[in-house]
Amino acid sequence: MSGSTPTTTPVVEGRAIVQDYHVPGSMFARAKTVRALKGVDFKVEKGKTLAIVGESGSGKSTLARVIALIDAPSGGELLIDGEKVDISARRPGPAMRSKVQMVFQNPYGSLNPRQKVGDVLMEPLIINKPEITASERRERAEAMLAKVGLMPEHFNRYPHMFSGGQRQRIAIARALMLNPSLLVLDEPVSALDLSVQAQVLNLLADLQDEFALTYVFVSHDLSVVRYIADDVMVISKGEAVEIGTREALFADPQHAYTRQLFAATPVTDVEAIRARVAKRKAAKALA
Amino acid sequence: MGLLNIRNLTVKFATATGSFTAVDGIDVTVDKGEVLAIVGESGSGKSVSMLAVMGLLPDTATITADEMTYDGRDISKLSKAERRQLIGREITMIFQEPIASLNPSFTTGYQIEEVLRLNLGMSRAEARARALELFKAVGIPEPEEKLNSYPHQMSGGQCQRVMIAIAIASQPKLLIADEPTTALDVTIQKQILDLLMKLQEDYGMALILITHDMGVVAETADRVVVQYKGKKMEEADVLSLFENPQNPYTRALLSALPENATGDRLPTVSDFMALEGTK
Repeated sequence: MSGSTPTTTPVVEGRAIVQDYHVPGSMFARAKTVRALKGVDFKVEKGKTLAIVGESGSGKSTLARVIALIDAPSGGELLIDGEKVDISARRPGPAMRSKVQMVFQNPYGSLNPRQKVGDVLMEPLIINKPEITASERRERAEAMLAKVGLMPEHFNRYPHMFSGGQRQRIAIARALMLNPSLLVLDEPVSALDLSVQAQVLNLLADLQDEFALTYVFVSHDLSVVRYIADDVMVISKGEAVEIGTREALFADPQHAYTRQLFAATPVTDVEAIRARVAKRKAAKALA
Repeated sequence: MGLLNIRNLTVKFATATGSFTAVDGIDVTVDKGEVLAIVGESGSGKSVSMLAVMGLLPDTATITADEMTYDGRDISKLSKAERRQLIGREITMIFQEPIASLNPSFTTGYQIEEVLRLNLGMSRAEARARALELFKAVGIPEPEEKLNSYPHQMSGGQCQRVMIAIAIASQPKLLIADEPTTALDVTIQKQILDLLMKLQEDYGMALILITHDMGVVAETADRVVVQYKGKKMEEADVLSLFENPQNPYTRALLSALPENATGDRLPTVSDFMALEGTK
């Protein structure tokens, strides 16, 4: 399970990734530069899941956007399949775009409300694989709908006719249309109810097995990370404070910030509840 | 005899396609000094039932109940003036989005002092002094300066502390917290939950915590009501609920928690409901 078999080329590797955001000055404030990522290193082997865990403002989504080739980093190197990619020098072509796809947090915002589900799924093919015929595009889109657990009759419906969980399935289907090897998932289940979250996590696990997908999974939720990840990176204030296999990290967190995160995460363990209830009863009896 | 007693509460909304029942025959009681968690997923009606108590539902809602009493008084029969005496003083509420709950055009100090002056009849000077005390009580750093800050100058956690300070300003007997930590980071969530529990104990107030998060329930509640599609599925003390859940939906919710995963797949609520149905 541990991602430390360096015999193969990692699907994605980052070396000292730095990202600066320039905040323009205004009447009230001087222009300033915010360093959102302060030199982050990572690599993910084929078929594995790297979870990036952090709180708001930690830089986890910034890193996801860099990996998904949406933003060019200010410094450092990004390698996809061992090949250096610099999107600021040259826009990635269809081949590179097909390798890396992204799923966003909010399935209500990430789908165009005026676009039918079928068109949502076929659009990436029209742009990146124009050689595919219209009838084949349609076939592939219908097959993908079935893969993510939707029905053929959903093809001609609009996003507003779907629940949050179904929309996230559509977003996942769209990301998979180009047969990517790497899927960047930015908080894909955070907007979903617990029961729907379980379905989407199961779907992601099935798809990973079937297509040998590599995931970069950004999350703030440690219980989800513990379920889905092979390796975990804990990020705080733009720095990767700890990185390790899931087993090692959860068994023996090294960094103070990781321990703090663990301590703050609510536990649903029956013994912990029993202890809390007993403590509360004792306090009440005293009062 | 509970502090708040609700029996057979039904809330219907008039919609373009006919009447929609959001809450369907719910009973809720909460005793003095008790922490009750109402847990459910979106659409379970967990917020709507409490909004009905607070009188915060729009005109399209029809509320019926066999009983709706607070401290022996019938809430549904109160005049507007009597309702104002009760709501916002003895019963107060905080919401999910702390930054959106505050008015962006006024300083947080102005907003808490307004409550103190209007609800408790304090003078400006008294209100300022009490506001400072309350800001200290809820653990806002640099309280003097923060009284002059606008909501956008503070973090989400600090805004929620301001909301809590406003909610406890009148020393209420019942605080209703609707998803108070859902928009917050997990470390901040812990601080806010600890604060609510401390205040609840210090002031001896009853707390109704509306949440979708089983972890939050486990860390706070005395008693739990599980709601699904407007109906009550189960009611139990917190330990029995986690140790020995009776209702299939509760069992489904608990087993859908990623930390309870056994093996490769998470059981989903629909598998569970289907399974129970065939028995």
